[in-house]
Amino acid sequence: MGTSVFYIVAALSVFFSLMVIFSKNPVHSVLYLIVTFFTFTVHYILLNAQFLAVVNFIVYMGAIMVLFLFVLMLLNLNKDNEPLKSPLVKILGIIAGCCLIVTLIGSLKATALSNPLLLQNPNLGLIKNLGKELFGPFMLPFELSSILLLTAMVGAVLLTKKEKV
Amino acid sequence: MDITFVLEKFILVAIIFGISLVIAMYSTYAERKVAAFLQDRLGPDRAGPAGMFQPLADGLKMFMKEEIIPTNSNKWLFMVGPGLAMLTACIGTAVIPWGSPIVFDGRIIPLQVTDINVGILYIFGVVSLGVYGVMIGGWASNNKYSLLSAIRAASQNISYEIAMGLSIIALLLVTGTMSLKEVVEQQHGWHWNVLYQPLGFIIFIVCSFAETNRAPFDLPECETELIGGYHTEYSSMKLGFYLFAEYINMFVSSAVMAALYFGGYNYPGMDWVLVHAGTVIAPLIGAGVFFAKIFAFIFFFMWVRWTIPRFRYDQLMHLGWKMLTPLAIANIIITGIVIALIEKF
Amino acid sequence: MEPLTSKKKVLEQKPLTFAERMYLPAITKGLSITISHFFKKEATIRYPEVEREFSTNFRGMHSLKRDENGKERCTACGLCALSCPAEAITMIAAERKPEEKDLYREEKYASVYEINMLRCIFCGLCEEACPKEAIYLDGPIVPSDYLRKDFIYGKDKLVEAPLVQK
Repeated sequence: MGTSVFYIVAALSVFFSLMVIFSKNPVHSVLYLIVTFFTFTVHYILLNAQFLAVVNFIVYMGAIMVLFLFVLMLLNLNKDNEPLKSPLVKILGIIAGCCLIVTLIGSLKATALSNPLLLQNPNLGLIKNLGKELFGPFMLPFELSSILLLTAMVGAVLLTKKEKV
Repeated sequence: MDITFVLEKFILVAIIFGISLVIAMYSTYAERKVAAFLQDRLGPDRAGPAGMFQPLADGLKMFMKEEIIPTNSNKWLFMVGPGLAMLTACIGTAVIPWGSPIVFDGRIIPLQVTDINVGILYIFGVVSLGVYGVMIGGWASNNKYSLLSAIRAASQNISYEIAMGLSIIALLLVTGTMSLKEVVEQQHGWHWNVLYQPLGFIIFIVCSFAETNRAPFDLPECETELIGGYHTEYSSMKLGFYLFAEYINMFVSSAVMAALYFGGYNYPGMDWVLVHAGTVIAPLIGAGVFFAKIFAFIFFFMWVRWTIPRFRYDQLMHLGWKMLTPLAIANIIITGIVIALIEKF
Repeated sequence: MEPLTSKKKVLEQKPLTFAERMYLPAITKGLSITISHFFKKEATIRYPEVEREFSTNFRGMHSLKRDENGKERCTACGLCALSCPAEAITMIAAERKPEEKDLYREEKYASVYEINMLRCIFCGLCEEACPKEAIYLDGPIVPSDYLRKDFIYGKDKLVEAPLVQK
């Protein structure tokens, strides 16, 4: 049952990520991206990584995408006020896209079909084990990144304060 | 996965869904009654005895109303909006433990749909998704008041989620688990978390007022500035869904507060009741106590709504970012220090 | 000159103290006030079932009076219509036939007497103008209705009920 669910969800995530690119309306793109993130959450749950699933749910779907949507709704992007693209930009775009395809094909060729991933400890994704890992061997990077985030938050609050002359 | 297990869960889901809908329905009635009593009035009293059938009449009216979809709106998203609001409001009830397990005929029936070990985070995630219904509906209406309201709702929810999350972290330091079932079981008898986390509780309740868009933080539907807010263009049952979702949100957040801070189904003297009433009746009494706590919180929500005037938008942001967030961080630090000291000595 | 009102006085706005900035004391105070009202007796009067006691000079719906023999007092002189500032009253006069002697007091009577209740402002000037003491605004509140035409009250609604013969 697990594999069939995986294939259905994987097909859905590929489909929705394609829809992100192909939909004309940027707001629709963002909404498809949200659905794509939701399928990723389902993938995490299938891998028994509950904490990652929920964090993906809260941070990506609940916070970051809301901000994306927020900005796009205010920008009011439509055909009328879209800046004209010069031929030079178009050619550059084509070149960049081809480069990306070449890189992707090259990297795909380099990878061999690996054995199916077997988790040594299926309960690794559970919150207790994850916490022990993060606060044990990965203590320093974890704390550093948390300080980085805290600094960013304090900075954001400071930006809103009026400068005293 | 035997068939009785599936059946059991199915019945439980159906009951909880039904209860939350009925409670949301009668919250509309209760809101009007409470408002009336607080203002020395009577409230609705014509439909049925003491106006008991008022919600039914209101619901019928909602269904009968003409459905209007604005011409230049995004029809598909316009319809998705209220559905999404309702969905995110309802799925929060899945992880709340309504009572201790019933032991009947040697079979343990838990009064909780599912006990996932990230229950608190799940609720948090569902709450953070709640803003999409408002945002999508507000944007799809193609109305600037709706859009402004949607943006207000989004920024308000994101801002208060931070303080809410930080207040939950302090609670997690005390409980040491994220499973709601275990959190409730730890508060056996009268060891309620509010006694250990009073500051955290105050932060949490203020944030939940903001998250459910209730007064004094009902800026997304601020009539004086934004006509009807994000549901200006909505009519008929789509509008009904938005209004309904607000009441379900209120119910769910009351349940979460009762479970996290006020001991859920625990009450003083529950052991005595368990011995004397048996393993079927006692959990049901516990569930009754839990619902009494939920109703008390719902009443508090209404009481506050009819007391405190609406905040201004800059005051709202000031309160969220410059007062509640630092306060929540201070709460975490104090809790951490106290726990470290207790473990040391 | 000493100012008569305090309008000119500049209000001193102090910055909020710490306790005020916490909001909580003010909120609890407000909550205690509202909850005290929760237990107070409601001021509502359930109107159609219970009616408020009116003062003695209350002016409600008009009624056309009868005399002590049960005859209509109105003689269709038109003074009420003339005095009406809202022009709500219209009437058509007719001559009394001999067989109608015990219906109408005077020889001339109003065969049609209409008051448009949507126009009427209940000022009571018709009452004062009437030389025959035939119209009084001593009725209840005029009830609501759905159509404009239903607010034009004819004699069927205005004339007092006939005296019961003992």
